[in-house]
Amino acid sequence: MSTALLAFASPSLAAKKPKAPVDPYVKADAHASGGALTGAGSTFDQPLFTKAFFEYNKADSGVTINYASIGSGGGIAQFQATTVNFGASDVPMSPADISLAKGGQVLQVPIALGGEAISYNLPGVKTGLKLTPSVLADIFLGTVKTWNNSKIKKLNPKVKLPSNPITTVHRADGSGTTYIFTNYLSTVSPAWTAGPGTGKSVSWPGGVAGQGNEGVAGLISQTPYSIGYVELAYALQNKFTYATIQNAAGDYVLPSKASVAADAAQKPNVTTVDFSIVDQPGAASYPISGYSWALIYQLQKNQATGTELVKVLDWLSHAPGQAIASSLDYVPLPANIQALARSTLLQVTGPDGTTVLLTK
Amino acid sequence: MADNAVLEKDPLQQPPGVEGTMERRIRFPMVPDGLYRAILATVAGVFCLVMVALVVTLVIKARPAFAHFGFGFLTGTTWDPVHAKYGALPFIIGTLETTAIAMVLAIPVGLGTALFLVHAVHPRLRAPLSTAVELLAAVPSVVYGLWALLVVAPWARTIIEPALASITGSKGPFSGPQLGIGLLLAGLVLFVMVLPTMVAISRDVIASVPGEEVEGAYALGATRWQVLWRVVLPSARVGLLGAVTLSMGRALGETIAVTMVIGNSTAIAHSLFAPAATLSSVIANQFTEATEPFHLSSLIALGVVLLAVSVVVNAAARLLVHSVGRQSSASVALV
Repeated sequence: MSTALLAFASPSLAAKKPKAPVDPYVKADAHASGGALTGAGSTFDQPLFTKAFFEYNKADSGVTINYASIGSGGGIAQFQATTVNFGASDVPMSPADISLAKGGQVLQVPIALGGEAISYNLPGVKTGLKLTPSVLADIFLGTVKTWNNSKIKKLNPKVKLPSNPITTVHRADGSGTTYIFTNYLSTVSPAWTAGPGTGKSVSWPGGVAGQGNEGVAGLISQTPYSIGYVELAYALQNKFTYATIQNAAGDYVLPSKASVAADAAQKPNVTTVDFSIVDQPGAASYPISGYSWALIYQLQKNQATGTELVKVLDWLSHAPGQAIASSLDYVPLPANIQALARSTLLQVTGPDGTTVLLTK
Repeated sequence: MADNAVLEKDPLQQPPGVEGTMERRIRFPMVPDGLYRAILATVAGVFCLVMVALVVTLVIKARPAFAHFGFGFLTGTTWDPVHAKYGALPFIIGTLETTAIAMVLAIPVGLGTALFLVHAVHPRLRAPLSTAVELLAAVPSVVYGLWALLVVAPWARTIIEPALASITGSKGPFSGPQLGIGLLLAGLVLFVMVLPTMVAISRDVIASVPGEEVEGAYALGATRWQVLWRVVLPSARVGLLGAVTLSMGRALGETIAVTMVIGNSTAIAHSLFAPAATLSSVIANQFTEATEPFHLSSLIALGVVLLAVSVVVNAAARLLVHSVGRQSSASVALV
């Protein structure tokens, strides 16, 4: 999930400065330490973290945060070994992963929200092709083989569909994007659950694969009659053609920041075990979406570092940080998820056992 | 003994004059032969240690996968991280196929170019052309990959693949949808990438064939063609094997450019137009997000397999050249 280029694609947005983090919640003034924090993990978060940590450093001078986007797997490994202050992963750590963590009890905070567009390259067909969950699954299972298949025709009677074979495009690299997409297909299609299943890398029944969102996007734009999934930010900024997907309520919804946020807001009690938010109810919900998570230890062994870490994550998961996220076409976290992030961060304690982030 | 030590230390140096020797003796007091050998052995030992450590680490980390699947890891055709089923056969085949495509093209073209540069080119053009070939070797592989993906792939889809398909009537190796990316394009990119290595080494090897032998053959009335087959190639055989081995090593292990254009399908390709994957491309693709220990172990096992494939292929190349060498010397004897 790399959108590294996107950060540069919208220079006008850089002008939007977030407000200085005036935060009444913070107990200690950690500026004195002039702390440097380190993090590692998800490439999906990288554009957001790069920009947000830069702004945070400017607004709250003295704190530098170095983030290595080495992938969620690497991030979890570094976090388990306590070589970084925080990790970031597109899929929360499993209980097995947590049992290998050397720093004690692990807390996981939703930090970024993303959606996925189903993008296609059909000469002469614009954005808005209608697809149902089952037809989408059939296309990727390879049982719907051509564009003029009766199942697609029935949904789009007014669209002139060619008889060419469908080329499906997917991610070659293991990625959270693939996890969310296959999680969605597994939720809506028993055949997909019984077949490829859900994962960051799955055994695809067919099609071609590119590396990263840019790889998939490149293949789609180069290959006529292809269809694939790309991160919403990527589809929005590159003006791709993408499909409207029928949601759980039966409505056809275009992917957008608003429709993904509507989907996420339907599930306020998301946990690190029950974290899937695909295919939520609600007429406005766009069904293919998911969170990225920040990983921190509940017990911070250094008061100053712990305070600074919690402070920056609180800043990132609330208004100032989420404004930056929105400017980069991430979906801002809904209010109830921001509240979840804060209540999780409130559990973090310093070496003396008291919370480092105080309530009012 | 002291003189020996000095000479051995720098064998390329012209033997210095008496004064120079005195000076050197002052600067480098007597180093006993034993110590000299010990130093060299240490340096070589570090190299061996790194090699051994690399192989041992790979094997240890790959053990869970090998222990679980046994021989089935090599013959399995499914690569399914979700259900923890790992078989490397599609990637072994993909690696060998892309390398074969590259070498089938690179050996004749590379050798031909090298012969041209040594024997047929206008002397004024020799230096610029040689430099151009060497510059190609300095282009980073990601640049080749981008070029192949953005420029060659559309050509492959609209020109090369339809032409090949029309030859066989869309059957056999040239069947199926023409996507541009796939086995064929990966092989073509590898061909371009190994060509500079092939040309540069072949050129040096051919240029070092003793001029007396070539002139002697001409004096006996041999044609250029006969000189090439009877004198130049047999004499340069071992050096040319080196060129092929190095080129093949690059083709077998090349990762980035191949990953960008091969299409990354984990199924065995039944056509040269179909997407496929190589051992190194799968490792590059899945390593960063492999959070399951078993998945990680299987990816490292692919690295061990790649190492083994490289060794086997190189050994096979050596055997081939050895046996061909015997035949050709036998035929020379008959003549």
